[in-house]
Amino acid sequence: MVSVMNCLAAIVLGCPILTLLILGFTGLVQRPLPERLVDRLTKFHVAMGLVATLGILGIMIGTNHSMEVLDLGNFVEIGQEHFHFHLEFIFDRLSVPMVLMTFVLVGVIGSFANVYLQGDAGYYRFFVCFSIFLVGLLFAFLAGTIETLFLGWELVGLSSALLIAYFHERKSPVENGLRVWGIYRVADAAFLMAALMMHHWTDQGEFLRMVNDQPWPQGASHLDPWASLWVGLLLLIAAAGKSGLIPFSGWLPRAMEGPTPSSAVFYGALSIHLGAYLLLRLAPIFADSLVIRVLMFALGALTAIYAAMTSRVQTDIKSALAFSSVCQVGIIVMEIALGFWYLALVHIIGHAFLRSLQLLRAPTLLRDYRTLENAIGGRLANGQPAWISQMANHRQIQWYRFALERGYMDSMIDQALLEPFRKLFKAFERMENDWLRWLDGPSWPRRKDP
Amino acid sequence: MNAIPWHELVICIPLLGFLWIRARASSDARRVCLAFAAITLALSCGLYLWGLESPSGSFEGFFGWNLIHIDQFSAPLIPLTALIYFVTLLATVGHKTQQFPFAGALISESLTLGTLSTDTTWWMILLLSLSVVPMWFELKSRGTSTRVYELHQAIFVGCLILGGCLSERTSAPALNLSVVLLTIAVLVRSAAFPFHLWRIDMFEKASFGSSILMVSPMLGAYLCMRLVLPTEPDWALHTISFLSLATSVYASGMALVQNDGRRFFCYLFLSHSSLVLVGLELATPIGLTAALCMWLSVGLALTSYGITLRCIEARVGRIDLNRYYGLYTHMPTMAAFFLLTGLASVGFPCTIGFIAGELLIESAMDFSPWIGWIVVLATALNGIAVLRAYFRIFTGTKHPTTIPMRSQFEERVAIVGLSLLILAGGLYPQPEVESSYQAAIHLLEDYHRSDQQRSDQKRSDQQHLVPDPAAVSPQTPQAD
Repeated sequence: MVSVMNCLAAIVLGCPILTLLILGFTGLVQRPLPERLVDRLTKFHVAMGLVATLGILGIMIGTNHSMEVLDLGNFVEIGQEHFHFHLEFIFDRLSVPMVLMTFVLVGVIGSFANVYLQGDAGYYRFFVCFSIFLVGLLFAFLAGTIETLFLGWELVGLSSALLIAYFHERKSPVENGLRVWGIYRVADAAFLMAALMMHHWTDQGEFLRMVNDQPWPQGASHLDPWASLWVGLLLLIAAAGKSGLIPFSGWLPRAMEGPTPSSAVFYGALSIHLGAYLLLRLAPIFADSLVIRVLMFALGALTAIYAAMTSRVQTDIKSALAFSSVCQVGIIVMEIALGFWYLALVHIIGHAFLRSLQLLRAPTLLRDYRTLENAIGGRLANGQPAWISQMANHRQIQWYRFALERGYMDSMIDQALLEPFRKLFKAFERMENDWLRWLDGPSWPRRKDP
Repeated sequence: MNAIPWHELVICIPLLGFLWIRARASSDARRVCLAFAAITLALSCGLYLWGLESPSGSFEGFFGWNLIHIDQFSAPLIPLTALIYFVTLLATVGHKTQQFPFAGALISESLTLGTLSTDTTWWMILLLSLSVVPMWFELKSRGTSTRVYELHQAIFVGCLILGGCLSERTSAPALNLSVVLLTIAVLVRSAAFPFHLWRIDMFEKASFGSSILMVSPMLGAYLCMRLVLPTEPDWALHTISFLSLATSVYASGMALVQNDGRRFFCYLFLSHSSLVLVGLELATPIGLTAALCMWLSVGLALTSYGITLRCIEARVGRIDLNRYYGLYTHMPTMAAFFLLTGLASVGFPCTIGFIAGELLIESAMDFSPWIGWIVVLATALNGIAVLRAYFRIFTGTKHPTTIPMRSQFEERVAIVGLSLLILAGGLYPQPEVESSYQAAIHLLEDYHRSDQQRSDQKRSDQQHLVPDPAAVSPQTPQAD
């Protein structure tokens, strides 16, 4: 039975990796496969992965095992120094539903994109990023060690940034792609530090060892309260960056610059849940830390309120859906903080499917509205809550403006961080130029700084 | 095998190439230069692979001289350097050949390989001092001012020679002064803040290829390992470590706001080479292993990144990162390699830099969480800078041109070769890590031995200086 499990697990991970290798290599040597072949290859490997995951689920139910581990050994090891990068993948109650959801959604979106982008100059590029994204997600969801999760996390980040900049002959998608990449790098830095701190304090990076080899959601942490607090704070920042919680919520509507299939599956449905997944995976470790749970709850609540307000006043459907997604993720984080982990898992899966459908239907929204109105024989309800109507007029305008400007979050980040940073380093550059001019003569530099 | 002085040959072949080009005044200097660089690369790789199987793992020189000594630390650096020179020369095609000093590159290769093949103090000082000369000639031949370069290199050579002289004295003040001077020499050669301006000046004025060749072998770090680390007290180690750390963050921030492509590359390289120094100065097994892995990854990844940038520059002129070029449609392969090599340099998964970065951050965390934070910050900023450069050069607009901009065969071979190494090192990193670890242990043993000798020396000096208490204490009257 173990060997069957290992074979199935190898198929789950191997098929997407094979697709990535084939598409990546042929792309690099400028020998792209025909579109039809790309489509078939992608569909075949996604279908294989889905069937293998269902097989694993069937075996787990049949044998009454709540967890199966695929141990690939050490990727890197320095035995004398107790340094190892362990490749271990866990199939359990948390990861298997997430992987099933991933294969279903990615398969649907792959088929959709094949039609949507047919003949487009970026078709091949899209599917290369699509493969990187899929591999990244599988690594992240199935990771048994924090390093493996980080590896997948990074792959998801890169493919997301490149997909946002998919229409790369326009400035705006590219600028948004860079912005999202910047936020992801902050999240990555926080995650990396958390991972290393956990390593430092527990001397191990395997999730199972951290929770005394208990399957999710059982087990408890080895971390002392202070370590738990620091690691938890860093992971909260990482999750906030990846899942668009405040103050990083601004990246999600920017991500909608990508083509509809990518915005639907990658940001609306899958990528946005990665932060919540991280919190869910490590929830048993922080279950005893009241401070972290309170902070998590507060962050989730604030995000949910903010996103609910903002989504109501957006003027384009993709942005409205993006903020609705953020609102739901905020609620999911609150559920995790309250200890309703299974509820959070079900919420993630339900939300991912619903949001994918909504985003895929987004281009035909007006037509759908018309169909609905024709069916009911009147206008759709467009009321507002009573408490808003009771608010003073100028307050209503203030709140409306606040929501329309997305809580001024992006401009606050710009003014508080990016602009001072740019000014500081530009001042350093001027100082260097002056210094060089003094040393070399007034002709330095030969070219004018543009 | 030992009957032939193979290691001396590795150093002399580029020198012969230089003499050949000078004597024949060959019009086809590129081809001659490439042939000699290829032979050097083949020989150095062969020797490295042979050395892996040799039981001692180290090599001694021929002719009875004790000048050549290659150990596990320097062994991989020699083929790496030969590779860097070869691919840079290979990718020098088209109009770049008219400006590139091929003869200078060969003499520079010979001096660099010579430096990396020795641990003899005076021989190293001589070669390091000479290694600054080819670039000076190039700057002179271009008719530009050499004042910044001269000033910094004069400080470097002066400190190096004076430090070398004083290190042979036995008095404590002389030894302390020698440490200070050698530390300054390392900082200047590594272009650590605030001694980094010569690098910017060099990238601005010299050819891009020569500048890459000047910085990629990271001789400053080598000098630090060979001459400074074994003799340095803790305060000097901490000074270099602190300045390297500051340089890595400063340079990554500067890379992020640069408008000029070359200057951006200069800062990016500076940030990474400073991280190598940080790892070296941690002086722990993992730290040194990380530094050596990073040395290889930075050497490979940033050389290929620089070569790609140079290929683009050859087609569109000096790159202004303030605007969008939209070159993706015209050179998709180059775009892919630019992204791949850039991401490899910042330690992206599945590339050679990933494990190096992990090891470095881990060792920094073990040393002090603050150092870990700063390293992570520098890496994050570099990552943003790399993607920013990619977007600015390859996307954002349509680039109208009727001229074919596709990369030439030689350029593709150079970049594909390096990229394959980058991916292979990322997907199967264990051999590199293992060999770096062995080298690190070897270096640390040397370091601890010298440290022990220093302590013994200090103790014996104190015994000489402090008079024997029995001798100075007043004679107690003998009881009758």
